Amino acid sequence: MTLQASPESEAGTVTAPEEQSSAPADGHFAPELPDDAPKAYRVKSRRREAAETILPPVVLGMGVIGFWYYVSFIVIDESRRFLMRPVHDVVDVGFLDSANFSEMFSGLWSSTKVALIGLAIAISIGFFLATMMSQAKIVERAVFPFAVTLQAIPILAIVPLIGFWWGYGQTSRVVVCIIISLFPIIMNTLFGLLSADRAMHDLFTLHHANRVTRLRKLMFPAALPAIFAGLRISAGLSVIGAIVGDFFFGRGEVGIGQLLRRYANNLQGEELLAAVMMSSALGIVVFWTFGWLQNLIIGKWHETVQK
Amino acid sequence: MTTANTNGALSFDGIGMIFPDGTEALRDITLSIDKGEFVTIVGPSGCGKSTLLRIASGLLEPTAGSVEVDRDRLGYVFQDATLLPWRTVRQNVELFAELHGFDSGERRSLSTAAIELVGLTGFENHYPKSLSGGMKMRTSLARTLTLKPPLFLFDEPFGAVDEITREHLNEETQRLFQSEGFAGLFITHSIGEAVFMSTKVYVMSARPGRIVAGFDVPFSYPRQPELRFEPDFALLSGEVSLALRGSHS
Repeated sequence: MTLQASPESEAGTVTAPEEQSSAPADGHFAPELPDDAPKAYRVKSRRREAAETILPPVVLGMGVIGFWYYVSFIVIDESRRFLMRPVHDVVDVGFLDSANFSEMFSGLWSSTKVALIGLAIAISIGFFLATMMSQAKIVERAVFPFAVTLQAIPILAIVPLIGFWWGYGQTSRVVVCIIISLFPIIMNTLFGLLSADRAMHDLFTLHHANRVTRLRKLMFPAALPAIFAGLRISAGLSVIGAIVGDFFFGRGEVGIGQLLRRYANNLQGEELLAAVMMSSALGIVVFWTFGWLQNLIIGKWHETVQK
Repeated sequence: MTTANTNGALSFDGIGMIFPDGTEALRDITLSIDKGEFVTIVGPSGCGKSTLLRIASGLLEPTAGSVEVDRDRLGYVFQDATLLPWRTVRQNVELFAELHGFDSGERRSLSTAAIELVGLTGFENHYPKSLSGGMKMRTSLARTLTLKPPLFLFDEPFGAVDEITREHLNEETQRLFQSEGFAGLFITHSIGEAVFMSTKVYVMSARPGRIVAGFDVPFSYPRQPELRFEPDFALLSGEVSLALRGSHS
């Protein structure tokens, strides 16, 4: 028993009030609403709601692909087409050619491992520092300026230095990931730990809770929403860190960064674009994963978790 | 700061409070609450009523005077329900017992009994975000009841709920006062609430807070909701109101 959307609003055009109020001749029931009724009062079918969620990005995506073809075939001269290969070529060479695809996939897997190791270390350091900072103002004062500095350093500026110190292999890539993803973890965790309100702290004080109990039963759970916000940012950053590190150091296991560089040097346009897409996909998957974890862990109780 | 007098639940002696910024919140408050008494302090907003409770509980040290109270199992119900949002109703109710080191079996039976006392049976596994304001307050009450405190401090706990819910909660609070036998110190700015529940009502003046009047409430317990429509109730409420107005000008 779903309500049919009236055809004129389906098309997304604004119609004159007289037209809208006229009884539908095809026998569909339409609720009688004043012409100026807010949109929220209008009953929507589930199908229509799904369409409204899915259609806009699909339409925009098709527009982008259309523009892509337009650039590939019309804007660029045939001799320079390697700069922007048409979509089907990219799919053919990058994703359907099994040798190419498995090379990229294993590169991507290598970079994923680097990102995850870096993120895990950054989480450990970040949690530890934030917890210490929340326990003693003096630690917060001492660490804060350096945390900000860490954030302010352009990562590209210190990548060569990291190579100097830790070599050009796996270790340096992990270090880049840690540096790039540490700050949001520290700041969000600290902010979260300090977010429990005074009345709740009073409760724990009244019942003689010690520091550890207070941290475990009050401050840490209260910090979870902020921690997850930080993790989602940091997870994305650590993927960037893994790719940037690999791109620059270029030794050891071949990651997606090295592949990007090689494809660019060899003017392999299709592979380059495919590798870029796969890197973005990794970022998206990581972001989703943490969103999913967030829902799983705090979705039951938190007021504003996105579904 | 333990009870010297076995009949007393709480006594303030010459309490004064001047905050570091120079604000004088309380001046020379002397009053005592015996076992079996439910005392309400009414006063305008910002007269230092809550400050007095913070002093009673030990969260705040007064700048003058002394308090005699047993703080071992003090019940303190805040203005907000202050439930931990990541805990279910049952887990919230068990918090104090947890902090006081009861084992899980004891906690379970204490929380079951307390949840039943406030009429929340069936809602044990709900999270605070799905509770109404009144239900949150009941959870907060139940949490405090688990410790069987000999003295309850109420800091305007029903200020944020609607009128009907507030009346229900008043009725239940005076029922619990009877059945559980605690002494109560209740802070509010609602005269009806004060007269309905209490054995004694004190009126506090605007800043600096002083006790300017006291009334004994003669109605017998258990009090029925209809008491609110009795002439005597209206008369006493009127007197309290007059005293409050007098203190305000």
